[in-house]
Amino acid sequence: MTGTATQPAQGRPLAHFANVTRSELRKIRSVRSTYGALLAAVTFNIVTAALLGIFLPRALSTHQRAVIDSTRVSLGGMHLSQIAIGLLGVLVITSEYTTGMIRATLAAVPQRRVVLAAKTLVLAVVAVATAAAASFAAYLIFQAFLPAGDAMATSLADPGVLRAVTGASLYLAVLGLLGLGLGAIIRSSAGAVAALFGALFVPSILISLLPQSWQNTVGPYLPMNAGETVYTVNHQAHTLQPWTGLGVFCLYAAAALVTGFVLINHRDA
Amino acid sequence: MIEATGLSKRYGATVAVDNLSFTVPPGQVTGFLGPNGAGKSTTMRLILGLDAPTSGAVTVNGRPYTSYQRPLFEVGALLEAKTFHGGRSAYNHLLCLALSNGISRARVGTELDLVGLGAAARKRAGGFSLGMSQRLGIAAALLGDPPVLMLDEPVNGLDPEGVIWIRTLLKALAAEGRTVFLSSHLMSEMSLTADRLIIIGRGRLIAQTTMADFLNAGSGSFVRVRSPQAAPLAAMLTARGATVTRQDGDTLSTTGTTSEDIGEIARLNGFTLAELSVHQATLEDRYLELTRDAADYRAAEGTLAPASK
Repeated sequence: MTGTATQPAQGRPLAHFANVTRSELRKIRSVRSTYGALLAAVTFNIVTAALLGIFLPRALSTHQRAVIDSTRVSLGGMHLSQIAIGLLGVLVITSEYTTGMIRATLAAVPQRRVVLAAKTLVLAVVAVATAAAASFAAYLIFQAFLPAGDAMATSLADPGVLRAVTGASLYLAVLGLLGLGLGAIIRSSAGAVAALFGALFVPSILISLLPQSWQNTVGPYLPMNAGETVYTVNHQAHTLQPWTGLGVFCLYAAAALVTGFVLINHRDA
Repeated sequence: MIEATGLSKRYGATVAVDNLSFTVPPGQVTGFLGPNGAGKSTTMRLILGLDAPTSGAVTVNGRPYTSYQRPLFEVGALLEAKTFHGGRSAYNHLLCLALSNGISRARVGTELDLVGLGAAARKRAGGFSLGMSQRLGIAAALLGDPPVLMLDEPVNGLDPEGVIWIRTLLKALAAEGRTVFLSSHLMSEMSLTADRLIIIGRGRLIAQTTMADFLNAGSGSFVRVRSPQAAPLAAMLTARGATVTRQDGDTLSTTGTTSEDIGEIARLNGFTLAELSVHQATLEDRYLELTRDAADYRAAEGTLAPASK
């Protein structure tokens, strides 16, 4: 045969993980859907922030502008960009199952948990980087569009602001990982997307039908309610502390990922 | 070298592979034959660790496939179903696989050229024809320059040019001393390429033999002799251990001897031979003889449906 193929070397776990991670990085870089999702996430954040920065000062009274959580408002695009990041997380694994690529992947790397770990790492890095860019851009653009001396103007040095913008980035990245975990469990794109957004939106709607005392005790621990505390500056009653909230949200993602890691070795590909 | 021992796979109530034991020896082309649904693809998935066996085990070069960190150096596999993301280019698809096994980028280009996809390397694989998809699959199988190649129905659905290309390539790869394990239900294709045969039906092993032994073992291979002295000739052949069946009048059908022997006996005894012909059973005849009971979907005899697929 022509070309060069080096001889196999066994038992070097780090080198092995590095190889699989390189492969997963190339995978996520070589499909259009990745760029579509990332571009959508950044665009939703920026455009929403710009529009809010332009129109909100005219629409709200001085009092409203003084009490509003302007940092959280500037991150309003997240309601849309989280859909893009969640979709990316799901597709990282379900696109392999729906296209048949998974058979080539697992024939090349039979250590399935190494594949899933490499996917988790690559998605985490890509999602954190993109979400950080999207969140900070949204915050800065909103502030840039405010009229000078507006009551909604803040700086990253103000209490809780830097934490909220950083927290928004982490929230989005963890949401992507939750999507990856659900994708690993469900293996169908449509099913996993439905499960992800069902888990985010449906419990918050259902709980509003329950008695107030239930809402106050259970409500803070619902995925979205817990997660959104970390990008909220003005702490609300009956919500978790910011980092606790993100921690709870991380637990949901971790539970999905751990289930995925357990299942992937016990199912036929 | 692939060794299966008591391999079984059950999907719910369906037994796809049933206590299958076989060896694919190194350096030969072994054909894996069986009707559609016999369990060939399932067996190959079990070999690659894509499906877990219900019981039994299979090793590749002495170890379970799943124990290899860089299995592309051990076995190159072409599965029947599509195994790539249609949105990725051929080059990127191969590069993804190569990186996971620490194979160089240069090797990806070499393989793309080898299978004739050099010009289409940057195109989305989703737009490939069946023939191009098969070429991409073969390039993936050859990435690690493996000593063992395993191909599931590689010529299925290909046009004649593609069939000839695969046949030529497989012969060249086998000539380099590689082990080739090839499944097919196309008899003519198999008889052109395989040295050995593993035949299964309904998930069970039916035969494991060399191509030559397999063809000679059945009732379909015989030497036909026509002679005015049929009776004394038959007596002499029988005395030498051949099995002779007297057909109509002066025609004999013999097994257990060769046409050379019969000709020599005739010359020594002054017998006239009106006909001396060797009838070789085709792989298809022998295969149908063996799998008659094992075929799941055979049309009932006497109907107008074709007897073989």
